Amino acid sequence: MVLTVKLEFSGGMELLFNNEKKKTVVLPDTFVAGAATLLDLLPWLRDNLLTERAELFMQGDSVRPGILVLVNDADWELEGELEYVIKDQDTFVFISTLHGG
Amino acid sequence: MPKLCVLCKEKRAVLKRPKTAQQICRTCFYAVFELEVHITIQDSKLFKAGDKVAIAASGGKDSTVLAHVMTTLNERYNYGLDLCLLSVDEGITGYRDDSLETVKRNEKQYKIPLKIVSYDELYGWSMDAIVKEIGMKNNCTFCGVFRRQALDRGAAMLGVDHIVTGHNADDIAETVLMNILRGDISRLQRCTAIRTSTDETIPRSKPFKHTYEKEIVMYAYFKQLDYFSTECIYSPNAYRGHARALLKDLEQIRPSAIMDIVHSGEAYASRKPTRRLNEVNESAVPTVGLIGNCERCGYMTSQKLCKACVLLEGLNRGLPQIAIGNSSKY
Repeated sequence: MVLTVKLEFSGGMELLFNNEKKKTVVLPDTFVAGAATLLDLLPWLRDNLLTERAELFMQGDSVRPGILVLVNDADWELEGELEYVIKDQDTFVFISTLHGG
Repeated sequence: MPKLCVLCKEKRAVLKRPKTAQQICRTCFYAVFELEVHITIQDSKLFKAGDKVAIAASGGKDSTVLAHVMTTLNERYNYGLDLCLLSVDEGITGYRDDSLETVKRNEKQYKIPLKIVSYDELYGWSMDAIVKEIGMKNNCTFCGVFRRQALDRGAAMLGVDHIVTGHNADDIAETVLMNILRGDISRLQRCTAIRTSTDETIPRSKPFKHTYEKEIVMYAYFKQLDYFSTECIYSPNAYRGHARALLKDLEQIRPSAIMDIVHSGEAYASRKPTRRLNEVNESAVPTVGLIGNCERCGYMTSQKLCKACVLLEGLNRGLPQIAIGNSSKY
């Protein structure tokens, strides 16, 4: 089954992703429904969608501290963070908090 | 299987609070977020009815949420405050001019009047001009000093009784860390105060002192409050960046670290009130921390000339490095 996910970038994150605030992507076959997790998705985003400064997006296996991740409008800390299993039509929001207020 | 909110036990939990690790729903989140700010305001007795209060607004996440929450609480709990927005234009092309558009939108959304003061107007130097002169190091020193005064002068022009800024728990924790790392005892003692004032200046306070940055961002996201979010183009070398990175790493491991650091900072606060320079026998007592007035512009300072006058002197004489570095620590 093909996995399609909706991505949203805000708080300045969009600047790293070609200035696109919203994007829908169809994930490749390597993403198996029921097995693929966010641990797999993040490096894929970095390698395929990120247009600059990978170190501002990821630190190690996860997002850089200071970047909030939402899974279907809920804090990813409630969904298992990197272990969350991706479902078709899921929405992931990446919000950076690393700027002036 | 969606998790239920631990407070109302009815709705789906959407946020895990860093402060308490509670998993709560949107409605309960709005309620605790707003209530905690209200309690902070009440406990510290920040305002009295009839006060005219300027909300220092930059168009960024903290000040946008602050404007929203102050307007909401003022109405809900009848604070009786006369609110207005105050913005400082440092003259940073591509950064400040964009964020000011957000504040102008806020003016319309919350129906409170806006005043903008600019560095160019007040000092004859925009940040663009300053950075051209001195480069990318130490420019934050100029900007921070000038901004503090600019806010006071703008507030004086508006005739307000009080200024509120959007500094949050993360900001204060970063400041505590910075002051410890740099061994700046006098700043460390002052930096966690929720309210700062002396006889001459308009009091200013930080209603978000106990509010986590993560919650401010989530509040803005869920409520769809629009704000401007880019890093200041002149800030990449700022020392605060190191403190911020450390703090964020600590938050990952133990989210309560932020509140704990603020609490530790409070423990350093001096219990002795600052005394006036002219009340003291100068030869007998060290002058660090005693507040007086600048000989040139009258602004408050613990030295003969306030920092802004010293910095401006340097800029105007073509010797901008005058006030930067060890010899100028106060």
